[in-house]
Amino acid sequence: MALLQPARRLLSAAAQRHLCLAPVAARASSWWSHVEMGPPDPILGVTEAFKRDTNAKKMNLGVGAYRDDNGKPFVLNSVRKAEAQIAAKKMDKEYLPIAGLAEFNKASAELALGDTNEVIKSGRYVTVQTISGTGSLRVGASFLQRFFKYSRDVYLPKPSWGNHTPIFRDAGMQLQAYRYYDPKTCGFDFAGALDDISKIPEQSVILFHACAHNPTGVDPRPEQWKELAAVVKKRNLFAFFDMAYQGFASGDINRDSWAVRHFIEQGINVVLSQSYAKNMGLYGERVGAFSVICKDVDEAKRVESQLKILIRPMYSNPPINGARIASTILTSPDLRKEWLEEVKGMADRIIDMRNQLVANLKKEGSSHNWQHITDQIGMFCYTGLKPEQVEQLTKEFSIYMTKDGRISVAGVTSGNVGYLARAIHQVSK
Amino acid sequence: MGKRPSLITVAYRTDEGQPWVLPVVKKVEQKIANDTSLNHEYLPILGLPEFRANASRIALGEDSCAIKENRVGGVQCLGGTGALRIGAEFLRRWYNGNNNTTTPVYISSPSWENHNSVFVNAGFKDIRAYRYWDAAKRGLDLEGLLEDMESAPEFSIFILHACAHNPTGTDPTLEQWKQIAAVMKRRFLFPFFDSAYQGFASGCLDRDAWAVRYFVSEGFELFCAQSFSKNFGLYNERVGNLSVVGKDTDNVQRVLSQMEKIVRTIWSNPPSQGARIVATTLTCPQLFAEWKDNVKTMADRVLLMRSELRARLQALGTPGTWNHITEQIGMFSFTGLNPKQVEYMIKEKHIYLMASGRINMCGLTTKNLDYVASSIHEAVTKFQ
Repeated sequence: MALLQPARRLLSAAAQRHLCLAPVAARASSWWSHVEMGPPDPILGVTEAFKRDTNAKKMNLGVGAYRDDNGKPFVLNSVRKAEAQIAAKKMDKEYLPIAGLAEFNKASAELALGDTNEVIKSGRYVTVQTISGTGSLRVGASFLQRFFKYSRDVYLPKPSWGNHTPIFRDAGMQLQAYRYYDPKTCGFDFAGALDDISKIPEQSVILFHACAHNPTGVDPRPEQWKELAAVVKKRNLFAFFDMAYQGFASGDINRDSWAVRHFIEQGINVVLSQSYAKNMGLYGERVGAFSVICKDVDEAKRVESQLKILIRPMYSNPPINGARIASTILTSPDLRKEWLEEVKGMADRIIDMRNQLVANLKKEGSSHNWQHITDQIGMFCYTGLKPEQVEQLTKEFSIYMTKDGRISVAGVTSGNVGYLARAIHQVSK
Repeated sequence: MGKRPSLITVAYRTDEGQPWVLPVVKKVEQKIANDTSLNHEYLPILGLPEFRANASRIALGEDSCAIKENRVGGVQCLGGTGALRIGAEFLRRWYNGNNNTTTPVYISSPSWENHNSVFVNAGFKDIRAYRYWDAAKRGLDLEGLLEDMESAPEFSIFILHACAHNPTGTDPTLEQWKQIAAVMKRRFLFPFFDSAYQGFASGCLDRDAWAVRYFVSEGFELFCAQSFSKNFGLYNERVGNLSVVGKDTDNVQRVLSQMEKIVRTIWSNPPSQGARIVATTLTCPQLFAEWKDNVKTMADRVLLMRSELRARLQALGTPGTWNHITEQIGMFSFTGLNPKQVEYMIKEKHIYLMASGRINMCGLTTKNLDYVASSIHEAVTKFQ
């Protein structure tokens, strides 16, 4: 046995690494020889490709980041003012609690549900600060994985945000789908959605986009939401709302959160992810929240304790900068008012660009029906373009979007809408 | 403030017992605030490039052969915790096979209490302790540590504290690190450094990074989770970096591409404020010098409190030996007080410390030193 030891040691080290990837003879192999090169992120990778493009007419319609009519990032005035106020206070940099900034959490829940909501008044909820929308979804998914005993299945609308699937999967859940987008109409497949949802096994998790569905821009109408809530209630499904665009969709924060509030009113205790990346332009500050509507205050406290146990080994406690800005805005009447106007301004510009795009496509002589562009809502538009057409747009016109034909209308300006229309017409005529 | 000293704080405190925003940080924040060209756009998934490169440079050194050979990568993370978690998630997916959850992960006994949680939540099923603290001699149990490494299964992952071991404040000497490295090399053990106190421990960045750099020079591939919470006082901005040292550029690139996939489903991309502060500071010679000075201020105050406390205990003739107070390093000290003595300190003297007897040196001030020393003296003489 002793004689074999040294040889075994040498072999076992090599055996652990795939010998087919033979490294240069002199250098010992790496632990990572078998690690494959990962593909670029389907959404964020688009921006990275865009940055490398040297064409002066290039357009980035990939990631959902708002641009002003000059195509520039927009830092909201209300944000700048809040930042100045915060700087003047000269606060320390002590750790936040695991659940984050309490004033932010409270203000965030109130924004979503309305401050007169019975849930807020009774306190039968918990809200924790998270790393923007992604962090919120991950905390939520991990919470379900650990505590939702009834099912591993999460039903996403077809299609959904590309990152939903890997988030839930990495958290240990399984993904299923319900019909949502109708490619024939470029609109909502209401009948299909109802049909699928009515057949989902009871006590499954179902995810809804609260407003401004990503990637399609197709939202149910209020009457349709009512029927969806009814069937969710009937099938005893667990509703997970993802609200990344409150205020940004219609320009009205109450209108955009109507579906969430309706479900709760119907007695459905939802969980909710919120992001302030878009509606406050706080993208890189990573501001978000995760809320659980509970039976009562006691349940809320128990849930909160478990959320903290999940968060601690992820990143200990959240970053303060963005949450302080958001909280300042939400809780100062003047700033809040100014913020609401700025959000409406962003939403209005997007609606205007939708109108201009359709007008320009008509001018180009396109024979297609582009009404869906103006029917859809929010930052994104499902153009209906196919992957080959998207590729052509990128290769020939340096117009970047995701493969599914989704464009970020926020990236369109009055200066480039004509170019975009021409390009789309060229690849689709 | 003087009458209820809290020695359980996890952050630095001034001699007035107050939090301290580093002067260089205030300066840089002002600079950032005045720069109207800056916005709040998303950072890349792996973080701010200038932050990542400079953070790794701080850990590995200006003259690092690994950096020169372009086989170092950084992943900006949410604090040290975030860096540990991303590293752990990567190792669980890609180390020692594919998705091998059975690779043993060794954590020092004792260690920061969150280490265990991080690796468990990353999916590892076999978390073990390696001997570290010798309570009897109030020092490092090197023999036990080396034995545990010898008997650990090959390819086991070992979490090593780069300096200022938390909670004991007891670090291996340079010679002891060499012995540890030799065993780890022979047994193919993977070094995962946790570096939360670089600069804060001795007051010197290079000295506090000696162990990590030694391992790199010995040809190890390793991970180093760096936190800038303490040495920059940026606790709530969540600034961390996972430095990856690999055999060559190609391996590191592939590793980073997979790190992106992991990051994307946890936080998508990291927060910008803290990284901007650190990057701005590290890339400007004057600011860098000022930062090192600020760090030394903190480290020096801690060293002073250590020597003052020890001196008082010795002057009082407190039973036992107290040289460990000055031999230990960093924010924390394992006093060696037993549970009864700790209880006395808390209940009768209103001095808050951990049940383990761990104190945070930053909680000591010139105003409360006498009180703390005399209280320890009472506790030790009243209870054995």
